Amino acid sequence: MIRVRGLCTRFGSHWVHRELDLDVHRGEILALAGGSGSGKSTLLREIIRLQPPAAGSIQVLGEEVWSLPAARAKRLRRRLGVLFQGGALFGSLTVLENVGLPLREHSDLEEAFIDEVAGLKVALAGLPPDALDKYPSELSGGMIKRAALARAIALDPELLFLDEPTAGLDPGAAGALDELVLHLKSLLGLTMMVVTHDLDSLWRVADRVAVLGQGRVLAVGPMAELADVDVPEVQEYFQGPRARAAQGLGWKRT
Amino acid sequence: MRGRVEAGVQPARARPVDEGRVWHCSGDWRLGGIAELERRLPGLCGVGAGPVELDFARVRAMDTAGAWLLARTVAQLTAAGRPVELSNLLPAHAELLALVRGQETAPGAGARRRRAGLLARVGRETVGHLIKAVRFVAFVGEMASVLLGSLLRPRSIRWRAFWSNVQVAGFNALPIIGLLSFLTGVVIAYQGSVQLRQFGANIFVVDLVGLTMVRELSPLLVAIIVAGRTGSAYTAQIGTMKMTGEVDALITIGIPPMELLVLPKVFALLLALPLLTVFGDILGVLGGMVMAKATLAVTARNFLDRFQDAVSLTSLLTGLGKTPVFAAIIALVGCYQGMQAGGGPESVGAQTTTSVVKSIFFIIVADAGFSVLFSWLNL
Repeated sequence: MIRVRGLCTRFGSHWVHRELDLDVHRGEILALAGGSGSGKSTLLREIIRLQPPAAGSIQVLGEEVWSLPAARAKRLRRRLGVLFQGGALFGSLTVLENVGLPLREHSDLEEAFIDEVAGLKVALAGLPPDALDKYPSELSGGMIKRAALARAIALDPELLFLDEPTAGLDPGAAGALDELVLHLKSLLGLTMMVVTHDLDSLWRVADRVAVLGQGRVLAVGPMAELADVDVPEVQEYFQGPRARAAQGLGWKRT
Repeated sequence: MRGRVEAGVQPARARPVDEGRVWHCSGDWRLGGIAELERRLPGLCGVGAGPVELDFARVRAMDTAGAWLLARTVAQLTAAGRPVELSNLLPAHAELLALVRGQETAPGAGARRRRAGLLARVGRETVGHLIKAVRFVAFVGEMASVLLGSLLRPRSIRWRAFWSNVQVAGFNALPIIGLLSFLTGVVIAYQGSVQLRQFGANIFVVDLVGLTMVRELSPLLVAIIVAGRTGSAYTAQIGTMKMTGEVDALITIGIPPMELLVLPKVFALLLALPLLTVFGDILGVLGGMVMAKATLAVTARNFLDRFQDAVSLTSLLTGLGKTPVFAAIIALVGCYQGMQAGGGPESVGAQTTTSVVKSIFFIIVADAGFSVLFSWLNL
């Protein structure tokens, strides 16, 4: 679904990515982990065509992302959904209008029908009906994420990108969001790329984890396999009290 | 501020005795109490020669700042060839001293950012302005290409955003424009009346108010008010959206921010500003008329009779002809500065300020340019 080859990214004189390669397979949830400044969010932004890399090739759904003309890029965007850190809901629109915006933009359907489909997505994201008419400023952190997720899946995308979905959420809300992500994956057959630090998410949600560091992917594989990789940046996720607790709770993957 | 210590803190002291061989240290060697001692230390270090014993028996308390002062003192004395011995130091304080000494790099010892010389700064500013100018041209170019695309595919024009902006930027500004224009008319008429009365030329107040308002003052005043009111709002809105990631979200949904955010604002202002200027013209003249009646005994009928002769259509049109240019300046600068916001709230604030200042600057420059142009064309 996604093929990254030889990616190089630079901020000023500092190379964030150097010859980075990565693959994301159909139907999997790939988590991007790594220390701060390792370029996880930057990689995500380059894949969804928000920020151009210095060099390298990024193919999404068979298309070379950065060589596309505007019209084809727009068509490609319809097949992708993005959940930004903090949600990035449009402050002047209600939840229903937020979720309906992509639908209005990319289809010719009747207003009422669009509202119904939007309502459906909101319900799939686990929000109660009374949230539909609320403005983002009236929602709690967990609800904002869910609303943003509903907007991300509005067009039934094939690929979903999540940037730190559990950041800032209390453990209960974070756990619930993890379950929602898994539920949606099986329900809608989504492939996902998740940028996250959250150890519980890494164990619970990810099929494979790619650890970024030193400008490239240091290790990639299921979490349990990574425990044997003898690289310091990877071992950070397995040492220390927090890592052991997340590991030791013995998450069972359904 | 000399020697001021917090209440309840005993100032730190070090008293050399026995020809500088022993220093009796006392007091609170803490942040709140070491200021005076720190100043006197260089002098103290010069007292006597040979080994020094620092006696801490009477020191009440010590924190990291005090420990740092001690470490520095020891280092200075040792460097001056005087071995130092510390006696009666509490274990807790000794630990603090060890902790502080463990930090290898002293603050300020690292590579300082060297302040560039005047020439370098001038160069940097110049290049910075050039880059910003190029970026602005790129922005205008991008907008022009999106505009062309919109004209070719009218379905992609965002009418709702357009009309919403017309209401906010235009209609909602009527009261303030009206009031300020009216008052300006009053002021012009009053100022002129003093002179005109002396020559018995009262009726010419009509020419004064009419031509000044219609040709120069109303377009300029309305543009400046709108720049402050609407230009800043555009910048703040777009800047905040950029900060929260909403602009990125729009891009990923497939809606170009140019189409939804920028273009409707530009067009709304192109429609609203001329209309607001006409409104300003009317109310300014009305204000002048009221003042003319009050101080110059020029009746409304006389006023309006004269008005037709004094103010020609050409005058009105030269005034209004400037407004689309002003509107374009306000909207483009406002939106551009909004897009330049990055990082956090202070950036939005800074960009908003820049936007208003730049808009007003370019409006006045453009106005001057128009004056030259019109005088050349004899309008």
